[in-house]
Amino acid sequence: MATARTPAGLAAGAHGGIGESVPRPDGTLKVTGEFAYASDLWHEDMLWGVTLRSPHAHARILSTDVSEALATPGVYAVLTHGDLPAATRYGLEIQDTPVLADGVVRYHGEPVALVAADHPETARRAAARIRVAYEELPVVHDEESATAPGAPLLHPARDDAHAAHVPHPNVVHRQPVLRGDVAAARARAAAVVTGDYEVGMQDQAFLGPESGLAVPAEDGGVDLYIATQWLHADLRQIAPVLGLPEDKVRMTLSGVGGAFGGREDLSMQAHACLLALRTGKPVKMVYNRFESFFGHVHRHPARLHYEHGATSDGRLLYVKARILLDGGAYASSSPAVVGNAASLAVGPYVVDNVDVEALALYTNNPPCGAMRGFGAVQACFAYEAQMDRLAGRLGLDPVAFRQRNAMEQGAVMPTGQVVDAPAPVAELLRRVKARPLPPERPWETAGGGPDVRALPGGLSNTTHGEGVVRGVGYAVGIKNVGFSEGFDDYSTARVRLEAVAGQPVATVHTAMAEVGQGGVTVHAQIARTELGVSHVVVRPADTRVGSAGSTSASRQTYVTGGAVRHACRTVREKVFALGRARFGAYHPAWAHAELLLEGGKVTTDAGEVLADLAEILEDEVIDAESEWRHRPTEPFDLRTGRGNGHVQYSFAAHRAVVDVDTELGLVKVVELACAQDVGKAMNPLAVTGQIQGGTTQGLGLAVMEEIVVSADGLVRNPSFTDYLIPTILDTPAIPVDILELADEHAPYGLRGAGEAPTLSATPAVVAAIRAATGLPLGRVPVRPEHLTGT
Amino acid sequence: MRVNLTVNGRPQQADDVWEGESLLYVLRERLGLPGSKNACEQGECGSCTVRLDGVPVCACLVAAGQAEGREVVTVEGLATGGDGTELSLVQQAFTDAGAVQCGFCTPGLLVAADELVRRNPDPSDADIREALSGNLCRCTGYEMILDAVRLAAARAGEAG
Repeated sequence: MATARTPAGLAAGAHGGIGESVPRPDGTLKVTGEFAYASDLWHEDMLWGVTLRSPHAHARILSTDVSEALATPGVYAVLTHGDLPAATRYGLEIQDTPVLADGVVRYHGEPVALVAADHPETARRAAARIRVAYEELPVVHDEESATAPGAPLLHPARDDAHAAHVPHPNVVHRQPVLRGDVAAARARAAAVVTGDYEVGMQDQAFLGPESGLAVPAEDGGVDLYIATQWLHADLRQIAPVLGLPEDKVRMTLSGVGGAFGGREDLSMQAHACLLALRTGKPVKMVYNRFESFFGHVHRHPARLHYEHGATSDGRLLYVKARILLDGGAYASSSPAVVGNAASLAVGPYVVDNVDVEALALYTNNPPCGAMRGFGAVQACFAYEAQMDRLAGRLGLDPVAFRQRNAMEQGAVMPTGQVVDAPAPVAELLRRVKARPLPPERPWETAGGGPDVRALPGGLSNTTHGEGVVRGVGYAVGIKNVGFSEGFDDYSTARVRLEAVAGQPVATVHTAMAEVGQGGVTVHAQIARTELGVSHVVVRPADTRVGSAGSTSASRQTYVTGGAVRHACRTVREKVFALGRARFGAYHPAWAHAELLLEGGKVTTDAGEVLADLAEILEDEVIDAESEWRHRPTEPFDLRTGRGNGHVQYSFAAHRAVVDVDTELGLVKVVELACAQDVGKAMNPLAVTGQIQGGTTQGLGLAVMEEIVVSADGLVRNPSFTDYLIPTILDTPAIPVDILELADEHAPYGLRGAGEAPTLSATPAVVAAIRAATGLPLGRVPVRPEHLTGT
Repeated sequence: MRVNLTVNGRPQQADDVWEGESLLYVLRERLGLPGSKNACEQGECGSCTVRLDGVPVCACLVAAGQAEGREVVTVEGLATGGDGTELSLVQQAFTDAGAVQCGFCTPGLLVAADELVRRNPDPSDADIREALSGNLCRCTGYEMILDAVRLAAARAGEAG
């Protein structure tokens, strides 16, 4: 693992501090089965809640009859839109999503009614007895049907902030990015490549289903134990629906089985609380996998049109692009996804002339919103395909062509923003290319017959190597870190230091959602480094402390980590002040030396021990709470896209090696090597796991994963039988090469790491399949029929 | 109906079981053993893997009545020592190797991996991939799960 220009001296003295591969604090509970996920919660006398969902993508509700459901023995409550006590809509940015359908359903699976009963099967059977009469309406399912004259409007009365500037009411948001003079650049181009690309609808497919337990409280409020990505954003949306002040809705994070963006929007949170308040009993809701596919937003499917022009010696002259995203029935985070797609549309390259338009539609397809990579994934698939084709047109090596155009620190984005931190794009490509290639024909064994497990088709025994062709492909991507476009993206942390049985103990309390990424590990490491103590307790996340922002946008190590560091440093100064007051008279160093907290002691920078921390503290408890912000960003200009919209950029590159059975169209990814700059590897083992996991989700999008939606808006494959994610047999070796080029603007120089590897894995795999087959392959996921032409 | 079965070496009895309930539901909701996980409830993800008379199965696909009179081992039964407080080799290896992120797939993977290293003390990478191919993980990309099983097998070899 390479290390360069890391901040010096930070990790000294604290065992388990930053930079070490500290094991997870929840690891033992997770391997013994004792870790309590949201779906494991139990309460005396609790009821089970279920949701009745729309079987149609667009329909008017003519009537609803709940009498038979209510009469079912064991049923305690049935709720429909008319039973809602307060606000009837919610949303992350735009409050356009009905809590329960309000006379119209706008997508397949929209919640229509809720049931609470004493057994989950009783609740399901009762839900099936709710009689809803629908009148089907015309379905808007693509750009043509959404913007045709007389097209049904999904939200005819919309008055959101984007409504005034969009070209059509069925466009959620549109963001152009204009730079230079594309027409003039086109006239100078020696090579021009145009292409159309398509990205299917990917699902987050976190394994822990949506679930939570709502417990009504004596004060008329409710306690909600929940798996989410952002407690305070949930709270802000739930309280108005319940008609309660926020302090009457108390939320505690329970165990979260993965997220990847799919828990940013509300699912069953408000529903469980409504049932609990109605029945006066604790209510648990747990989606099964079928319902989970309907219960959260997905990655926006996209159609992308690109035109690239370059000089004969391989300099990019211009990029023209149109990125059309399908946002589905409700806004979710579509506006922010549009902003990302537009601002990152040309990739990590220097391009002086740019004409980009990104937009998201309202349709009757499933709502789409946040998923790992968030707008940048779709663009990366298209611009990297274009880079390969342009290199081919110019007769240049695809890696050398990318390196010739790669941005570096100081480069200017199409938005006008200067990249003022390391941007080692060419170096990341060099590293993945320099790696030795894996051996050819890996299925051949010394003993004679092939090991089919190493072949495309695997244990299906579909080939013994005949018709199998190898290909190698490369890709690199750029992702923003943190919330952009002027969002006030802060985190709160509370840190306490005290002596317990003569030993100093630090306690870190934040509302950060630990969803598996390892934030709890890293925050404890930060406290050890900053306070020089070995014993750190990370308290469960809840809403008794201020917001930590979302566990998304690769931001928690950066922003909540920054808040933890700031709170620790405030505590440290208080310790020094206390030490000076207690012991300053005995040693002049208290007044004059630079003081450090190391190994549970206050020392001078020369290493002289002044006092034990426990001696200084005695029975004092020192605490501090910090609200910490990264440097501010600006909105993008609505006409030109200009603006310093992003906080930080993150880069990863992949090399994919594939074997393709060209007769059956089956792909075996043999190796998927990644190089990524993480600024500072706060926990090398954990960040490597993030990179490997993100890489595998990119592989899934390349060759397997798509929610299939028919032209009438119906989801065809809501199960793990029909929506396939990579198994351990589908996933290759993923060697990881980590660079640590410090970003001086970020805590410890770190760079948000979770998303970048998801971008370039997909185009690298598809480039390798193109290299093996010679096929153009403009769509992901690549399916067997795309390879066999059948 | 009433179901009698042995779970992790202890006789257990579940009353008022519906005919349609799965072994997974009985373990999680009636016997207080939520370690086996409910990620898909259709036999695709392996998160609910338990051993039924020694054989790894998806507990979601076993009707509760089918477990009558049989031996079940769940993730809660893997830890060793008299009081079950000492992590087994595969459990320790998963924590050491970084094989756990969100951890929802972990119980099923542990039961499957434990069965593998008992059956095959020196598994090749292809053997590991084959044995764990019924267990989905969405977080890790599987590399550290492979590391963990290799580590557990190596430690078992050292311990003889």
